[in-house]
Formats: sequence, structure tokens, C-alpha cells
Amino acid sequence: MRRFAQLLDDIYFTNSTRAKEKILATYLAETPDPDRGWALAAIAGTLKFDLFKRNLTKTLITERMDEELFALSYDYVGELSETVALAWPVNTPADTLPALSEIISSFQRKGKTEIQAYLAELLDMMTPPERWALLKLGTRGLRIGMSARSVKRTLANVKGVDLPVIEELWHGLEPPYETLFAWIEGRAEMPDISQALVFSPVMLAHPIDEDSELARISGETHVAEWKWDGIRIQISANSSGARLFSRTGDDISHSFPDLIEAVDFDAVIDGELLVKVDGAIGAFNDLQQRLNKKKPSKALMAELPAHVIVYDILRLGENDPRALPLTERRDVLQAFMSDVVLERFSLSDFLEFETSDDLRALREQAASTGSLIEGLMIKDKSSPYVAGRPKHHWYKWKRDPMLLDAVLMYAQRGHGKRSSYFSDYTFGLWGPEDQLLPIGKAYFGFTDEELKQLDRWIRAHKLQRFGPVQEVEKELVFEVAFDGAQESKRHKSGYALRFPRISRIRWDKPAEEADRIEALAALVSA
Amino acid sequence: MEVRPEGLYCVPADAFVDPHRPVARAIVTHGHADHARSGHGTVFATPETLSIMRTRYAEAAVAGGVALAYHQKVEIADGVTLWLAPAGHILGSAQAVLDYGGSRIVISGDYKRHSDPTCTPFEVVPTDVFVTEATFALPVFTHPPIAHEIDKLLRSVRTLPDRCHLIGVYALGKCQRLMLALREAGYEETLYVHGALVKLTQLYEELGHDFGRWEQVADLAQGERDALRGKIVLCPPSALADRWSRRLPEPLPVMASGWMQIRARVRQRRAELALIVSDHADWNDLIRTAVETGASDVWITHGRVEALEHALKQRGIRAKALNLIGRDEEDAQ
Ligand SMILES: [Zn+2]
Repeated sequence: MRRFAQLLDDIYFTNSTRAKEKILATYLAETPDPDRGWALAAIAGTLKFDLFKRNLTKTLITERMDEELFALSYDYVGELSETVALAWPVNTPADTLPALSEIISSFQRKGKTEIQAYLAELLDMMTPPERWALLKLGTRGLRIGMSARSVKRTLANVKGVDLPVIEELWHGLEPPYETLFAWIEGRAEMPDISQALVFSPVMLAHPIDEDSELARISGETHVAEWKWDGIRIQISANSSGARLFSRTGDDISHSFPDLIEAVDFDAVIDGELLVKVDGAIGAFNDLQQRLNKKKPSKALMAELPAHVIVYDILRLGENDPRALPLTERRDVLQAFMSDVVLERFSLSDFLEFETSDDLRALREQAASTGSLIEGLMIKDKSSPYVAGRPKHHWYKWKRDPMLLDAVLMYAQRGHGKRSSYFSDYTFGLWGPEDQLLPIGKAYFGFTDEELKQLDRWIRAHKLQRFGPVQEVEKELVFEVAFDGAQESKRHKSGYALRFPRISRIRWDKPAEEADRIEALAALVSA
Repeated sequence: MEVRPEGLYCVPADAFVDPHRPVARAIVTHGHADHARSGHGTVFATPETLSIMRTRYAEAAVAGGVALAYHQKVEIADGVTLWLAPAGHILGSAQAVLDYGGSRIVISGDYKRHSDPTCTPFEVVPTDVFVTEATFALPVFTHPPIAHEIDKLLRSVRTLPDRCHLIGVYALGKCQRLMLALREAGYEETLYVHGALVKLTQLYEELGHDFGRWEQVADLAQGERDALRGKIVLCPPSALADRWSRRLPEPLPVMASGWMQIRARVRQRRAELALIVSDHADWNDLIRTAVETGASDVWITHGRVEALEHALKQRGIRAKALNLIGRDEEDAQ
């Protein structure tokens, strides 16, 4: 573990990508299995599980430290793991630490209460940088300025092969990558991943530029589809089983056993995961209830069954159609769709349009679906399926955000660089008894200059203080933009906003003229 | 005592402590620029501090200097006795002790408790009121022994013998402390310094410190610069990333400061090696010192005042923040 912590620090503080890769290569050459494989997974972000919950870190430190001193420290440092690593009250580093692999397997073996004691015991015997490494590793929050791609390039350079060779292998292998290292060191053949249910990197869209790109789009050259407000997924299946991946390659099969059970094909498909409510497609809020559950109950699965709207196909049996143009892949996809369970899978419709004006109308239509449809996807008919975000192939055109004028109610200091400013804002709308009801919080959408102005305004309009929360006079109006809203029992106002941000500060607008809660209700039910 | 726009003012003594604007009578605790400004009338300070001020400003800047050796008492106003006690911050740094009408106030200036061979160690002076700094007053600040950090540096010099290790240090105090610590660790190579560090290092030598062989980088001929591979060069923090450093062979930026405990600060400086070396007291030492002085009242001048105030109150000490302006914590030296 000590060597791993040092590796992280060395990479973290080194500026050049090249030098980082050299440091990693040296570590891999010097470190035995399985430690190096776990280190590789930690850096590349392929660990499949948290060793402990982020909250546990917080619990442990609050048991050991004055609450206010912790709050001040956290405000200053701006990051939980680092704050805990530095402020941890026991400072008696042990001569040796357990190996990285031993730590990982111990955490996996232990029950909930044992984990707590074990984590505290480890933190006691570490130096601050080692504590930081452990806390980051344990909650999979390592950001040390080295991308997964750079990790793979390091491996490719060590082996003397091209990057795509490693990339193809990568998703078929799992930490601690012992077969991979055996091959790299010439002790074994290249690992066989042909039967593995692997994640294939997905193709992503660019936001469309309405001024320069929209005019070139027509029904001749492009197709349009609804952009559903679910999550992007990939299903990889063969006779040995099926796996459901998120857009980033996380395996989320365990949350959707109802869907996995309905898979009876040998293919890789790309689509949007949603849930059905009373037989119709549900909103993101409904899906959220499933996403949060690691092991969903039968009742929940019956109430909110998983459903996939399929847009593309990456493999059908032995056949890899990725190099074909979109229209030809569509033929393959249509043939595939004729065999699937229709309750669980539906084909994404091609919307009828000829000109960009038709698209504009479709986008308006999307805006009137509440938050069911986020906008449009526009795809070049000739586009092959290319991983990453290739230019000019796929576009997304989100509908305009919803806007409301809300009144600033509370402010809170930010973290890190912003810790000296009031930069987190809670705002509300007028309720039925002319009181303000908080509807959301935003931390961005303004310039640095505006941040300073807001900070000054808040200092001059302070009311009561509740811990870190500063109440202010109800006088300043924000135009708030957001992508959607859901009814929510947890909020006093009865609503939760999706992705709220400040779109304008209305210095000119009297607070009485801000919107009322009914305006939000109208947007939601639209 | 009063907080005035010029700085902290002691009414019965009719003198300011570390004023940041010119005043008639000043007590200057140490030579750092944010404490020792030029242009005062009478200046009470240690002889070393006066020498530092003379080196930094013109001779005339301290024409009214009254040199006070540590523990030497002077009646600076009717019934008010002033004497200076070592603060362990930098060469000549002092705490100002004012005795008046049977009670005492100690203004510690900047201070530290960690070992530092370039100056006399901090001395605890029992007092009624203790005025303290709070530069590193958060539980996240624990300064390791300097030997540990020097070890880190020398390990890097050994592993990367092609890189010129360029260390950003403050010209007064940090630079000389680091040079001595390297010598104590057995490092015998010539040390190289940026021109901005020369005058004060020479002053330290005149005052009896021996740094072994050192040379100014500018004295090397163009062709000799490559000899700096694997060597240690000291420069002001601002020179780490500017044009000057590009003349060096593969420089590896190192920053030596108490702030280097915080990762974001290291990244801000684009330092690739962080040495946690501070000339200020860390969290535990700030609290320990306040308690050891036996003061019933502690006034906090600058830094992270809220945390220290909170922690001292928990220990039954009346603590309050003075909100002195003119001390920018980021530049605190
Ligand atoms: Zn100082």
C-alpha cells in the first residue's frame, strides 16, 4: 500500500503526460501481481465496487473531531478525503502497511461493522498521503490527472503494440489483470476474450450549432429521433448470458434483473433505458427509483418494469455491422427487433421531416412532453458507428430550458477556491400564503465578476445564520434555467428541479414580481 | 491596545507594532516585508532585524533604529517597559513584551516552535494577554520535521539525476533555513541561487552563518549551465515558472512552504515536488503555545482566526479576533 500511495503522489504531482506514463511503467515493472493489477484498475477507473461508502469516512471523522473545526477545515481544503487525510487525529505511521491486494480483499470479506473498525485501524497507521490514497481508492474517486487512455497507452508501449490492440482486450479483462501481465511479459499467449461479454465503447453526439450546422440538415441526408430522458445503455449478450452496461462501461445488470431475464439474443445493442408506468414510458424520476436500488424488490419491478428503446446495433451473432452506414445498420437492427420481447424492447422511431423548420417544430413538440423527451437526436445517414465523439456524424439538439424568476433566500460558502465567497444559492417561488417556498439550489451559471457582486450583495443583506447557511433579505431575483421538474415529497414546495442553474441575475426586478409556485406546477403538468 | 488603520497601536507606549504605514514610533518584530515597512520615525527592533531592514531598504530607512538585544529592557514611555524575546520565526525575529502597571502583553509577531538553526528558538513568556498569529490555524496543518522533507528532496535528486531541482523559497529566512538543513543532512554539493536571494544570504553569513559553497546562477557562463543537472537551485517562488527558469537544464519545480500540505496549492504553483517547510507555528503548536503562556486573553491578528478562536475558547481562554488588515495570508512569509 505504501508503494501504491507513493505512485499516486508521483503521478499526481507530475505535469507531463509522458512522464506520468513513465512513472506508471516503472511501477508495473517493479511490482508483483496482484498488487499492480489493482493499482492499474484504480487509476484506470475499472474497479467494480466501493471498498466502503463515502459516508463512512464522514462518520469516522465526526466521531473523532470537533464538528466546527471539521467544517472550517473542509471549507478550506474543499475536498472530503483530503480534509480527513490531513486532519485525522492519530499520527503514528506504522513501519509497514498491508499490501494493496490484501487491503482490497479484507474490505470485501468483512461485514459492515467490521469495515468501519478496519478502515479506522488503517487510517491510524498511515501518513496523510497514504490516508488520501486509501480514501480515494476506497470510494473510487481517484483523480490524479491520468486518463484511462493514457493507462492503456502505457501498456501498449510496454508491450510494443498499437493502442487499439490493448483497447480491444481491455473490456474483456478484469482486475487484477493477471493474464494481461502474463502476456505483456511474454509468459503466456494473448488473453482470449471472444466469449467474454464485453462493453464496446459507445458513439456520442455533439450539441448542434444552430447557426452553422442546422441549415445543412435535411431529410435527404439525415434522420431524426427523439432524445429520451433516460440513461444511455448497452446490452451485450450471447449464449452464456447478458450484461447491461452504462454509457461509461459500468456493469449495472444487478439493478435490472427483469431486463436481463428478458434478453434472449446473441448481439450487442445500444439504446436508452427507461421504465414503464402503467404501460407507458415513465419520466426520469421514475427511472431514478430503479437506479437507486442495488437489489430491486419484485413489487418495484412489477410497478416500474425496465424498458429499452433501441437505436443501434454493434454486433449480431458473428456479424459486426459497425463499419456500415447508419441506414444499413438500421436494416440489421430491424431484422434483429423482429425477434425480441416487445414488452421490454422497442425500436426508436425515425421522425418524419424534410427541412430544418420541421425539426424546429419537432423540438417544440418535445418541449411539451413535460420532461419525458429532452429534445432531438439528428444523425447522418451515412455515419458508421465510431466510438467516441466523431465530428459531423451525430448531433443532439436539446429543447430550450425552462425558465422561472425566483427569489434568493439563502446563501452558503463554496468549497476550495470559492471558500471565501457565498457561491451556493437557494432560491424560492411565492407560495399560496405569500411566503417563499424553496425550489432549488444552484452553484453556477454566473461569471467570476457576478460572483463577486453577489457576494457583496449577500454580505450587505444578511439576516439570520443557521450554521453554514446564511439567510438573506428576500429582495434579489434570479432567472433560473432548468431542464425539467418533478413532484417531490422531500421538498417543502413539492417540486424538485432538474439541473437548475442561474441564467441571469435580475438586479432590476422587484422580488414581488418573481414567479409563483403555480407557474412551476403548470410547467410540470404541460 | 487599539486596532488603527496603521496597525496595532499600544496606547500607553504610544507605539505601533509592525505598522504597515509610516508612523512616528514603531516596534518591529521581524524583517519580513509585511511586518517591517520603511519610513517610520523611531524603530525598536533586534539588531538583526535592523540589519535586515537596512539591507532591504536604504540605510536611511532605519535612521531612527533603536537596537534591543533579546531580554534587554527599555522604558519606552512613562511606566511602560518594552523588551524582546526570541520568536524562532527567522533570524532576529522577536516577540514584543510590554509591561505596564503590573500586567503584561506579549505580541508574538510570526513565530514557530520547530527547530531552525538560523535563529534563536522561541521562548515562552508568561503573560496576561498573548497576541498571536493564526496563519496555519486549522487542524489540517501539521508541519513535519524539516529533516523528513529534506530527505524527500534528496531522494528525488538521486532518482532523477538529469533534472535540475529548482526550489521556490522566500528570500528571507526560508532560503537560508533550507540551505543549512541541506548541509545538516550531509549534502555537500555547491548550492546555486537566484540573484534575488544573494544579498540576504550574504547578510546571514556576515552575522555568523556558514552555508558551505554556494554560487549565483548568473555567475555561470552559458556553457556551464548544463552542469546544473542533478544540482539544487534556489529561487524566489515567482521565478519557478517564469522565463528565468527556462535557461536551466530540465528544471523540476519544487516549492517549499507550509501551504504545500494542500494539494490544490501545489497544483496552483505547478510544483512537481512539494516540501512542507513552514516558518510559522502549525495547528498544535499554536494551541500549545497559547496555553503555555498562561494568558487569560488571546488576541488573534491574522490568518484562519475562526478556528483558533473556537479551539481556544473550548480550553477556557478568552479569545478574540483583531481583524488586522494589510496581512494577506497568501503572501504571509
Ligand atoms: Zn514573517
